[in-house]
Amino acid sequence: MAATMQPEAVRPSMNGESDFSRAKWAYLDSFLSRPGAYSDPEMFVPGEIPVKSISESAQILVIGAGGLGCEILKNLALSGFRNIHVIDMDTIDVSNLNRQFLFRAKDVGKPKASVAAEFVMKRVPGCNITPFVGKIQDKDEAYYKQFNLVICGLDSIEARRWINATLIDMVDDEDPDSLKPLIDGGTEGFKGQSRVILPTMTSCIECQLDMHAPRAAVPLCTLATIPRQPQHCIEWAHIIKWEEERKDIQLDTDEPEHITWLYQKALSRAEEFGIQGVTYSMTQGVVKNIIPAIASTNAIIAASCCNEAFKLISSSAPSLGMPGTNNYMQYTGDAGVYTFTFEHQKKDDCPVCGNLPKDLTVDPEQTLEELIESFAARPESQLKKPTLKTEGKSLYFPYPPSLEEQTRPNLKRKMKDLLSNGEQLAVSDPAYPISFRYNVSFS
Amino acid sequence: MAPKRTATPPPLHDLPTAKEKKYDRQLRLWGASGQQALEETHILLIDNGSGVTGTEALKNLVLPGIGQFSILDPAVVTEADLGVNFFLEDESLGKFRAEETVRLLVELNPDVKGTAVKEPLETFLAKDGVFTPYTLVLVAAPIEPTNLAQIQKHTAALNIPLFYLHSVGYYAHFSIQLPPAFPIVDTHPDATALDDLRVLKPWPELIKFSQEKTNGIQSMSAHEKGHIPYVCLLLHYVDKWMAENDGKLPEAYKDKTAVRNMIRAEGGDEENFEEAYGAVLKSLNPPKPSSSVREILTAPETQQLSPNAASFWFIARAVQEFYNKHGVLPLPGGLPDMKAHSNDYISLQKIYKEKARQDFAEVTSTVQQLEQTAGHSKPIIDPKEIENFCKGAAHIHLVRGRPLQIAQPGADVKFNDRAKALANELTNPEGLMGLYIAFLAFDDFVATHSPPTTQADGTSSLIAPGEPGADHEADAAKLTGIAHKIVDNLITEAGTRIEDPEYSELKEEIERLCTEITRAGGKELHNIASLAGGMIAQEIIKVLTAQYIPVHNCCLFDGIASRSSVLRI
Ligand SMILES: [Zn+2]
Repeated sequence: MAATMQPEAVRPSMNGESDFSRAKWAYLDSFLSRPGAYSDPEMFVPGEIPVKSISESAQILVIGAGGLGCEILKNLALSGFRNIHVIDMDTIDVSNLNRQFLFRAKDVGKPKASVAAEFVMKRVPGCNITPFVGKIQDKDEAYYKQFNLVICGLDSIEARRWINATLIDMVDDEDPDSLKPLIDGGTEGFKGQSRVILPTMTSCIECQLDMHAPRAAVPLCTLATIPRQPQHCIEWAHIIKWEEERKDIQLDTDEPEHITWLYQKALSRAEEFGIQGVTYSMTQGVVKNIIPAIASTNAIIAASCCNEAFKLISSSAPSLGMPGTNNYMQYTGDAGVYTFTFEHQKKDDCPVCGNLPKDLTVDPEQTLEELIESFAARPESQLKKPTLKTEGKSLYFPYPPSLEEQTRPNLKRKMKDLLSNGEQLAVSDPAYPISFRYNVSFS
Repeated sequence: MAPKRTATPPPLHDLPTAKEKKYDRQLRLWGASGQQALEETHILLIDNGSGVTGTEALKNLVLPGIGQFSILDPAVVTEADLGVNFFLEDESLGKFRAEETVRLLVELNPDVKGTAVKEPLETFLAKDGVFTPYTLVLVAAPIEPTNLAQIQKHTAALNIPLFYLHSVGYYAHFSIQLPPAFPIVDTHPDATALDDLRVLKPWPELIKFSQEKTNGIQSMSAHEKGHIPYVCLLLHYVDKWMAENDGKLPEAYKDKTAVRNMIRAEGGDEENFEEAYGAVLKSLNPPKPSSSVREILTAPETQQLSPNAASFWFIARAVQEFYNKHGVLPLPGGLPDMKAHSNDYISLQKIYKEKARQDFAEVTSTVQQLEQTAGHSKPIIDPKEIENFCKGAAHIHLVRGRPLQIAQPGADVKFNDRAKALANELTNPEGLMGLYIAFLAFDDFVATHSPPTTQADGTSSLIAPGEPGADHEADAAKLTGIAHKIVDNLITEAGTRIEDPEYSELKEEIERLCTEITRAGGKELHNIASLAGGMIAQEIIKVLTAQYIPVHNCCLFDGIASRSSVLRI
């Protein structure tokens, strides 16, 4: 180790702040004032520079103030970051309290983003957290431009895909500041993953979509005629019976009366068929697609995300996500502890960050409707209401209604009557700023 | 089939209670029994340093509702504590750290009780029976090795699980000392691993049902043929194959492929035939327990059943007798979903459940005989526990707890029976043995560099390498020297050699690890403390609920490479 003459600890009087408030950060400042054994000497100059990068220049956006978000806000505040924004549209539910530790029973019903921000700012004075209660889609590029880095702690694939596509779209080769690293975390039970994405440079959320393949749906005919499992009875009540009997009421899965109604219907159906095991808890689980979540897994994944953010901003050690290095950590805690840290490869035919169309084999006898259904289940697309067009014509548009009506007859037509072998097909979904391009070949 | 209509909706028995609503997301993992186990615990955290990792672990345990916790920490809150510990606030400055942390932790969950113990560790340890109230003890480094040895001795005598942790800069470590026998029944294997269809070992009721369903399969309508449950198809085609092959079971890979081809040839792409086709390789296996399960069933504890043995051993012995008699484990009784008419599926499900019930009854009666022989005046083993065991018999797990390794200053660290394996780990590029050694060296450094007596105010002043303000380069060199010596001793103890260039590379890597540890001066980075606190809390939950499989016995996390490694020390 080369002997570098560095101050033992920085005690700069920054922006006229009292020494008292910096004394709180003695451990962090001492750490950042010493060279690291793995840090790049070109990138990391111990002392005031990394301290100021963290505490002054960095603007961090946190998306989600739930199980991961609460942890992320706490971790960022105690990593010395002081300029943080947080977005979440949800309000606090009683079932959040077993892990979302910034909320108390008295907060149930209030917006997560503002309660979380307020709590952390009170506990860590000097840290500024700006909450936004709403959707990420409500904000435009100008808003996202102000941040150095985005950390996502979300349970929705849709929102991840949206922010991923947006950040990739924002990259301007002429302007290095337009590149915003995206750090993403997710958990399920004792498992989770964290990943670092450099938009357009490394594998993106869309490249990695097949890591989260959708669950196979139960065929409608099973639900309608031959239920065997308690889940089939619940899905029947959810998908078929509600439409039949309460079509005019919008189903609200957070409304206990609605869940109770579905539970009751499912229970009756189960009794008819001699099926055991329908419970209220299972009804809720199936209808809301509940993923089990615990504080400890959230802590692991959120801390991993924030650790990468801290390394990235301070340069005090190499972070995940640099091109050609590992960018993904999978954590499995149910049998011992196992982490798999690897480089997920960028895909040339990624519809968001790639530039090549994908190959798609289509049965020429298949109808367009069947093809559309298959897009919901395809691990790499997972589109629910896709729009399909070829270079020359519109095959199907789910809306506006006038276009839907015009294109609806195509649904029943066979693929061989709509396309020729080798033609290019564009598939998009209004939910995301993405368009998938496919080269169709007939099987 | 037209199912009969019920006139009135059935009454609702199981609307969730307030507690079930609050704990909904975790009850879906460890269930009511796991929750009850958590609520009956009292965890003791012993802190000496900045103590963030232990506090974060407690946060992750208070939230899901452990019964009680205590924090032993005689220190008062300093300004530097506020920059790293979330469970302290500005007003905490100058007050007892244990008291303040407890106050802010119990806020998270009104169902949990917390206690602050402010006395110095030495006086605490000098008293008799101090560990009796606790179900689990968590100790954070730095600590005097003599104190750690005392804690180890007392907890081992009481069979209390002991966790020991380090969290310094980008690195963390924890070791777990479990009792010499720590059995787990509910290991939560993958859902697919649970299917046990007994296609190669069917019983009369299953054979009869299958024959009924496949009788005249050639002349069935497409609709009927397309609704034969795939289990029946498997049994049918296995039978057919055996008839053509002198009654031999299709156990070899090529035999299974032949059965599979037969199914493909006769069923085309009907969904149920597809299911059968896909299940052949997995289902046409004789239902043999794994070697690790057989090892548990024949463990010394089952061979010489002592009257006060844990119920696990009585049941294991009974299951072993069941296995000796029938050549299979008790049937778990579950049936995966498959394409079928509702009533056929339900009938088949009943056949599996009934067989599982019979097996369970047989095991229960053996358990009761064993209890009688052992001198229990009446059966005390809960039938629910026996039923659970029978359901999970193929996936039971046993941890043979090993004592915690403690670095005693002046004495060489010994690896004993693990020396060879761990010396091999030194050159494993995926492993983190070097980091483990760096932490052993850290403990040695603390023990040899700290003043021998406690301060007047009761706090010990343990000195870590690279304390803020110290000469970190000199300390890094000292720490590296200690670590290099441990490496050489390990290689000698293993009776092996590591040649250059591997040897020099290993020593350079150890130097980098020691430099990085010294950089932090024994202090925690909040992210790593929080991450390690999450890992430790997961492990504590697994140990307290006796569900899932805990780390055996040492886990390291490298926050620079973002990966972990598990070692058996
Ligand atoms: Zn991509």
